[in-house]
Amino acid sequence: MLMILGKPAPLLFGQLLLGIINGSFYAMLSLGLAIIFGLLNVINFAHGALFMVGAFVTWGLLHYLGIGYWPAMVLAPVMVGAFGLGLERTLIRFTYKLDILYGLLLTFGLALVLQGLFTNAYGSSGVSYSAPDLLSGTLNLGFMYLPVYRGFVVAAAIIICVAVWFVIEKTSLGALLRASTENPALVQAFGVNVPRVIALTFAAGVALAGLAGVLAAPLYSVNPGMGTDLINTVFAVVVIGGMGSIGGAILTGFGLGIIQGFTEVYYPAASSVVVFAVMAVVLLARPAGLFGRAA
Amino acid sequence: MDLSRRNLLGGAAAGVAAASLPGARARAASAKKLKIAVISDFSGPYRDIGGPTSVACVEQAIADFGAKQKGYDVEVIRGDHQENPGVGTALARRFYDQGADLVIDVPNSAIGIAIEGVAHDKNRAYINTNSASSEITGKFCNAQTVHWTYDTYMLSHSTGGAIVKSGGKKWFFITADYAFGHLLHEQTAAVVKQMGGQVLGNINYPFPTTTDFSSYLIQAQASGADVLGLANAGKDTVNSIKQAHQFGLNKKMHIAGLLIFLNDVHGMGLEVAQGLTLTESFYWNLNDRTRAFMKRVKPRTPNNYPSMGQAGSYSGTLHFLKAVEAMNNMKDVKNGAAVVAQMKKMPTDDDAYGKAYIREDGRFMCDAYLFRVKSPSESKEPWDYYELLATTPAKEAFMPMAAEGCPLVKA
Amino acid sequence: MMFGFTRAQAIGFVVMAAILAVAPFVAYPIFVMQVMCFALFAMGANLLMGYTGLLSLGQAAFFGMGGYVAGYMIQTMHASTEVGLILGGLTAAAIGVVFGWLAIRRQTIYFAMITLALAQLVYFFAVQDTGFTGGENGIQNIPRGNLFGSFSLHNDLQLYWLVFAVFIAGFLFVHRVIHSPFGQVVKAIRENESRAISLGYKVEQYKWVIFVLAAALGGIAGGLNALVVRIATLTDVGNATSGLVVLMVLVGGIGTVFGPLVGAAIVVAMQYYLASFSDWVTVIQGVIFIACVLAFRRGVAGEVASWLKLSL
Repeated sequence: MLMILGKPAPLLFGQLLLGIINGSFYAMLSLGLAIIFGLLNVINFAHGALFMVGAFVTWGLLHYLGIGYWPAMVLAPVMVGAFGLGLERTLIRFTYKLDILYGLLLTFGLALVLQGLFTNAYGSSGVSYSAPDLLSGTLNLGFMYLPVYRGFVVAAAIIICVAVWFVIEKTSLGALLRASTENPALVQAFGVNVPRVIALTFAAGVALAGLAGVLAAPLYSVNPGMGTDLINTVFAVVVIGGMGSIGGAILTGFGLGIIQGFTEVYYPAASSVVVFAVMAVVLLARPAGLFGRAA
Repeated sequence: MDLSRRNLLGGAAAGVAAASLPGARARAASAKKLKIAVISDFSGPYRDIGGPTSVACVEQAIADFGAKQKGYDVEVIRGDHQENPGVGTALARRFYDQGADLVIDVPNSAIGIAIEGVAHDKNRAYINTNSASSEITGKFCNAQTVHWTYDTYMLSHSTGGAIVKSGGKKWFFITADYAFGHLLHEQTAAVVKQMGGQVLGNINYPFPTTTDFSSYLIQAQASGADVLGLANAGKDTVNSIKQAHQFGLNKKMHIAGLLIFLNDVHGMGLEVAQGLTLTESFYWNLNDRTRAFMKRVKPRTPNNYPSMGQAGSYSGTLHFLKAVEAMNNMKDVKNGAAVVAQMKKMPTDDDAYGKAYIREDGRFMCDAYLFRVKSPSESKEPWDYYELLATTPAKEAFMPMAAEGCPLVKA
Repeated sequence: MMFGFTRAQAIGFVVMAAILAVAPFVAYPIFVMQVMCFALFAMGANLLMGYTGLLSLGQAAFFGMGGYVAGYMIQTMHASTEVGLILGGLTAAAIGVVFGWLAIRRQTIYFAMITLALAQLVYFFAVQDTGFTGGENGIQNIPRGNLFGSFSLHNDLQLYWLVFAVFIAGFLFVHRVIHSPFGQVVKAIRENESRAISLGYKVEQYKWVIFVLAAALGGIAGGLNALVVRIATLTDVGNATSGLVVLMVLVGGIGTVFGPLVGAAIVVAMQYYLASFSDWVTVIQGVIFIACVLAFRRGVAGEVASWLKLSL
């Protein structure tokens, strides 16, 4: 058997693939975060909690209303997005004119509230959710067995990432969004309702967290703490990619997923901290992250 | 005189009468007042195995003891340690300083051990029913502490031993990289080797930040082992089992969760959990007595059935109250070492744990039950999840005192 | 006035010292000691946040390491209490020298993130090096030891006066720094960094010194706290503690002299007394965060000061 650095090659191929799968998750989550930061200049610490809400909504749709996975893929992000819209109107919008720090603190508080409420309602050990029949089972790739659902997650994540990147960077809608945040007064003068544009942008970013929650429900234990575990890593992804750079967040998400995958083989105990080691090195070498505009 | 009037008038009427006589009430209250502090996780990851259900079990024990009828006024206070040892010990100090006679529950070994030191400082009774570390009655043991329910040694010997006996010789471990995980892994690996099995590998993964276990599962599969030992707990166990299913690992390897509670099984669902082997020292549907206990306590915790830790809080509280009654001297209750000595003197007997006893080092000696998780079709009613496979008698289930290094035990 | 106190601050200081001197006889001594420990820690963080305009999300690294070193020295090496505390502070300062050197070249959110990342590395070390830190179990049952090798600190009240003395000394020291010519330059940098540079000040060195001071204060505070609660654990060196100290500074009043103490008192009281609300702890904490941002951005001390039209 071919060995690379003391490990069998098929195992490493497997790790590469798993790294890409995890990376697609990081990319999905950091996408929403990067949009909200890049366009609104808000560091949304509640992103992980909203991801958790997305997963619970997915479960709730099935549990209470008998609505399955496929409709949930549309309904849950819409519901979480609508909830985000409410949050933006009632809380978040008051932080736009303040130091960026206050937005971070407010959303951190929000995350605690959401997590606490869900813990009280559903307990700490979580609820169960299974992948739809169509996507259950495994594929034999020769070097490993790949669960069909994970393959689906990668495909879905790549499609979503490319679509969002395209909308924001390449379409007139994206141009309007960027203009509304960079020079609100001017855009307002053109007759655009800027606060509404901003609120909808926030809702869209949050809806992406909800969508990631839908994708996560069959993969991970659906519990109130599920977002907290991921949020630090996802923040690191956004920072390494360059705060606000959509493309940077996507590429870094996949890159970090792969780096973490290999760490899990060679030095598993360090697989969480490696993300932060990479962040420290990148920030020392490139102050604004890999793809960010220099501050 | 006061007492006889109470008896004559009956409980409720006496309450009214006493309320109208503040002086009499104060005298009666100061005579037989007890305070039990439940320090647990009420808002975090261990809420379901401790938390409100533990409080419900403590209250049930007070009711079953007949505290009111016997003239005891038992107050239950609760504190959320927020998974922070600094907060946990501060709470314990404050509760003891405010007159708590007993601290009970305390999931999370780091906090469990830290409070053990506080109980010793303050010389008050402490019953840990929810921490795993076998060191509680080992190098950290003291005269104020009783360790109920389970520990890492018992889990590893019951689950590990049974699986090796049934032919699972080649093991691979996935271990949460902290004290509890290491202890569970080392003790199980020792059992496996001692019984002629092999340990093909072990991975320490970062705790508590890991949600994806696929990489470790793939490595476990590649190792050629036939048993996957999960030296972790809570959501980590749930995530690793759920993901093992996705990769079809459960069809090729036997999955042994070294610490799984009924509530974890409930959380992951039988579809995923079926076929697991695990160890608990209590299961509500085990026999007539446990079912009777469950029937009584259910109204207090209808949505979360007690698992062994919470049932331990019931059993521990009940035995504490019996010891207090036997001492028949409220002054001595403030002497934690004396209370615990009394508890060790008397055998225990209650519906949750049956007949058992407390060893010199503070170890509660109960049988360990090996269970198999039922399939969805085998489950007949809500929370009907386990089938009993084997029983390990207490003497074999727990570490012999000589090996523990507890300073209380004279060689 | 001495130490650069204004009249109001001098009165405030006397009132504060008087309250703290009476407190152990009225309130629960361990609680008040923990408040002072965290206040010391928060004063360091306030130097960074309030006076230099740098948000660090990694202060727990200093607090936690201070606790580990003090605990280890006193328990395993049988060092005298003051030696343990000083070594804790020095270790934290040494880490601060390295981290500061790496971090101060970055601004705003990038500074915050780099401190977070570096603190994660310290946390990783604490998890892995179980021989020194005790891993998940932490260093348990730390003896409080003897001051100067002879005065026992076992009793809560005896320890109280040590914590009190260190806190007052730290308070006066921080105040002196802020009101020194050095402190004036630091504040000038916060207000307008490019102007300070054009005036010829070596901005980075000023920031670096403040960073190291904050680290040392964190280390001493961590060591003291380890003596008070008699354990040093991973929680003290983890993210949550870094967040906690930021919360204290904000709730108390960023950039105010008394803010860190007020903030520490409120946050520690929340941990102590909300614990009895059990199920609702997390929710209540979250609501307080939100309320602080929306309604009391100047913090308690800041709001009181503006109400009294004073500088506190």
